[in-house]
This record gives sequence, structure tokens and C-alpha cells, in this order.
Amino acid sequence: MAILVQFAIGLIFGLGLMVSGMSNPAKVLNFLDIGGIPAGTWDASLAFVMAGAVAVTFIGFSRVLKLARPFFAERFYLPTRSDIDPRIVAGPAIFGVGWGLAGFCPGPALTALGFGSASAFIFVAAMCAGMVLARFVAHWPSLTRFVTPADPLET
Amino acid sequence: MVSTSFTPIASLAGGVLIGVAAVLLMWATGRIAGVSGIAARLFPPYEDGEFAGRFAFVAGLVAAPVLVRLVTGSLPAQTIEAGTTVLIVGGLLTGFGSVWGSGCTSGHGVCGLSRLSVRSLVATITFMAAGMATVFLMRHWS
Repeated sequence: MAILVQFAIGLIFGLGLMVSGMSNPAKVLNFLDIGGIPAGTWDASLAFVMAGAVAVTFIGFSRVLKLARPFFAERFYLPTRSDIDPRIVAGPAIFGVGWGLAGFCPGPALTALGFGSASAFIFVAAMCAGMVLARFVAHWPSLTRFVTPADPLET
Repeated sequence: MVSTSFTPIASLAGGVLIGVAAVLLMWATGRIAGVSGIAARLFPPYEDGEFAGRFAFVAGLVAAPVLVRLVTGSLPAQTIEAGTTVLIVGGLLTGFGSVWGSGCTSGHGVCGLSRLSVRSLVATITFMAAGMATVFLMRHWS
């Protein structure tokens, strides 16, 4: 049952990406292209995606987190760190360059697989390789002093 | 470049759906709807027994366009301008950076900002700035 629910949630997320236009890399790149503002080619739509998503999540989280526990789990797994370490800047900087190159971030890239284009498969294969590499490096013993040993990937 | 039209209503509605999904995942599993974290944990090393749920979520993401095509007979516009080399380099950087930085647009940008996380705010500003700088260099620096 929990598995089916998570499939349905992924489906809603994917539909949101499609309805919002985020599943179209051209739209994402035109949003990131602030140099296109003078020429009128800048597409501000994605600011509205963010606004809608954050508004709903902000209200929803505050309600849900008042519950004693999640429906299918024993407790909530919330990130607890608040320190600004080099990784919280370096990682997003690297990700941002990749995002700006192709116009895909991880969610829309996965949803793009369902569109059936070869380009999406190439991007996702490379993305998965990058993810595996990052986890491998993060778990590398000599580097664990840079990360929280319990969960190197904690948000 | 391919020009796209400004779609504030559709984008807002899509954003609301994304938010609903994030809230539902927190309600159901108690976890952040961060796509990079979910996707990365489909690969070893496995730290918990949540593989099936994560796989189901990703399957849902992939199934969305399949379902839309079945029901409506068509798909929304999708233009991928990048060539093979750019796709590979962009994919590697996106995968590595999002995991190295503990999250992507969904984990930091949607869930993190909604939780008023300072780390997520720093991450979101950084990847937006890096993305904008990259597009600027690609399109206007020649």
C-alpha cells in the first residue's frame, strides 16, 4: 500500500512538472537567461512554479508536522543541520552549471524519460553516474571528515 | 534558442501540484521530496530499507507523461536543444553537484525553503546564480 501511494505521489509530482512547463528544458533555459530580459525572450514562468510549490509546501508541512507520526513510517526524517559548510555551496554551484548547460534538473530529467526522447536517456544516464560518483567520494574514508558520517547526504 | 511563452497560470498550477506531492510524501513517509536524494539512493550503498518506495516514486515521475499521452493523446512541448556532449557533461555535473550539495531544486528549492532552512536558502541562491551565469556565458559570451 505504501509503495502504491509513493507511486501516486511521484505521478502527481511528474504531472506538476509537466503542467508547470518544467519538463521543457527550453523553458527552463529561457528562465535562467536573464541576459534575455532586454530582448524580451526571458520566460519568468518558473518563478511561478516555485511560488506555487513553496506556498503549498510551507502551509502543508506546518500542518503535517504537527501529527504524531507519518502515516506509513514511525517518525519524520527531517534534516537537522544548519551550518554552512563548503559542500552546501560547492555542490549547488556544480549542479547549477549542469542545470544551465542542458536545462534539466533531476526531477524533470526523470519525467523526460517518459517522453521517450534519446536525449533524456543520455542525460539521465550521465546524471546517475554523477550521483554514484558523488556518493562514492562522500563515502571515501579519507573524506568522511568533511561529511556527517551518519548520513552524508542529509539536506 | 527556442522561444517559449510566459505561462503564469499553468506554471502556478503545476507548482501547486508539486507542492501537494511534497506534502503528501511528508505525510506518508515522513521524508523530504528531494528528487536527487531519492534517485541517488536507488544505487548502493544502501543505508535503509526504503528502496521499493523510492523506486515507486521515481516510477511515478517517469509514468506521468506516459499516462498523459494515454489519456489526452498528446504531450506538452519539450525541446531539448543540447547536443550529446553537453547532455553528458550537464548530466554528470547535475548528478554529482546535487548529491554533493545534499539536494536539488526540489529538496532545497521547494522543501528546504518551505522549512525556512538556511542551508537550503544558500543552496538555492547558489544553483540559481550558477545556472544563470552558465546560460549567460553560453548565449551571450561570444
